Amino acid sequence: MNEYISSKKRERIDKIFKFSIYIITFTILIPLFLIFGFIITNGIKNISIEFLIKNPVPVGETGGGILNALIGTFILIILSSVLAIPFGITAGIYLSENSNKKYAQYISTFVDVFQGIPSIVLGIIAYVWIVLPVKKFSALSGAVALSIMMLPTIIKATEETLKMIPYSLKEAAYSLGVPYHRTILKVILPAAFSGILSGTLVSIGRISGETAPLLFTAFGSNLLEWNIFKPMNSLPLLIFNYAKSPYPEWHELAWSASLVLITIVFLFNLLASIGEKKWKIKF
Amino acid sequence: MSNTYLKERRSESVFKALLLLSSFIIIILLFSITLTLIIESYPSIKHNGLSLLTGDIWDPVSEKYSILPFIVGTFLTSILALIISTPFSLAASLYLGEYAEGKRSSRLIKAVLDLLAGIPSIIYGFWGLMVLVPVVRKFEELIGIPPLGIGIFTASLILSIMIIPYTTSIAREVIKLVPQDIKEAAYSLGATRFEVIRDIIIPYAKSGIFAGILLSFGRAFGETMAVTMVIGNANYIPKSIFAPANTMASVIANEFAEATSDLYISTLISLGLVLLIMSLIVNSIGRFVIMKLYVK
Repeated sequence: MNEYISSKKRERIDKIFKFSIYIITFTILIPLFLIFGFIITNGIKNISIEFLIKNPVPVGETGGGILNALIGTFILIILSSVLAIPFGITAGIYLSENSNKKYAQYISTFVDVFQGIPSIVLGIIAYVWIVLPVKKFSALSGAVALSIMMLPTIIKATEETLKMIPYSLKEAAYSLGVPYHRTILKVILPAAFSGILSGTLVSIGRISGETAPLLFTAFGSNLLEWNIFKPMNSLPLLIFNYAKSPYPEWHELAWSASLVLITIVFLFNLLASIGEKKWKIKF
Repeated sequence: MSNTYLKERRSESVFKALLLLSSFIIIILLFSITLTLIIESYPSIKHNGLSLLTGDIWDPVSEKYSILPFIVGTFLTSILALIISTPFSLAASLYLGEYAEGKRSSRLIKAVLDLLAGIPSIIYGFWGLMVLVPVVRKFEELIGIPPLGIGIFTASLILSIMIIPYTTSIAREVIKLVPQDIKEAAYSLGATRFEVIRDIIIPYAKSGIFAGILLSFGRAFGETMAVTMVIGNANYIPKSIFAPANTMASVIANEFAEATSDLYISTLISLGLVLLIMSLIVNSIGRFVIMKLYVK
């Protein structure tokens, strides 16, 4: 075991190891370039204003766009945000305010575990809770599934941001006689705004690309739908339906829709990181 | 004066109660999700009994339901994906946590991993179907097996790309937890960087890296869309890693909306229950290991 290895050999091993780590790490660039390359080159061909403001057309007709899916995606995002954000933020406040209590620590771990639940399972849940009783697919049921997905991310972002805010800020408010709830709402929350906002944007970016929980909840539709109690299309659903169709024209549309979707997702992620930097409160 | 004081006191306690209440929501949700799945899959478990796990036929038409093919498919796909992705994740986490720590060049790899993590699963699936499947078909032709293109191997390839960012981010965090003074002590004794990694970092971060791989396993077996599109959707126990198959998640995605009988739906929901239980176990263990590491 402890036989003597010359230092030259040891150095050589060290160099070879370093070299292989670099090579293997930079190999990860290849799939990224391949994925983005194909989406951009195939997707850009059909992108036009028409594509964004027209509804899908039946097979055989040329043209057609993704308007209904775009609007559906935004309605789903707004609806799930409305459902998830209030609970997420208040639960996050509780966890950071009581971080010394055993109960809060357990909940915090629960939230982590919760984050690992496969999204398709949440689709089943929304189906059983909402689609089954009213016997109709609806955008609302899809939004419920998505909002459950958002919840852990928002809770964690709120909890972690609030924990970083110095206690002196709170003490200052208390010393002026500001009651607890006003201290939280008027002093602590505004100071934590950037962190909470960026966490929320990250969670929106995640759900805007989700398909699995929508398959049997929002279900998809070929029409432009504003009614949240009816089936509604979304970009991921549209891509899925076009991708599994046998028509090359529809595959072309799916490439373009993928480009639009990926742009939306990365826009949310970009906003999240900009927001985090811009409104970062420095203490 | 005292009136406003009382009012403030009241709203303060209402506020505190509200906070406590909303912290319950995650427990209530987890509890009711589990309960819902148990209740809804009960008819199937009662009707099929043990044949759910022992049989090997999934035939909704003749009401024969065995979920064994999907359990096998799920494990094969996810484990193969882990085998493919782990070398890359480990290399990237050593690169980010050790070699390029704090350097500018690490930004590129970080950005690449962030971008990969942000791509929606449906896009991975579509790309896999249009780009990867023909390549795998060529490869299968070359090694002389039926050139299907779709199947477990293709699904694992896609999955492995998808989980690299996830494993890497966890492994990098635990590698950073290795105390600097132990590393420096080893360097001062003349150890090379490779020796520090082999004898200090890896032993120290072992359990955390294991947890990261475990959590990625949890990601992989729950992944639905990308797998559904390239795995070939075959409802029998796969004979090889190139055979078409189905995972639990992919069979739910494919058949749920078209399931007609109550028993059929109930059986699909029982697959959801298995997925939930597996994810709860895997994530609890993974989180627990990581938590202990931070305390240390």
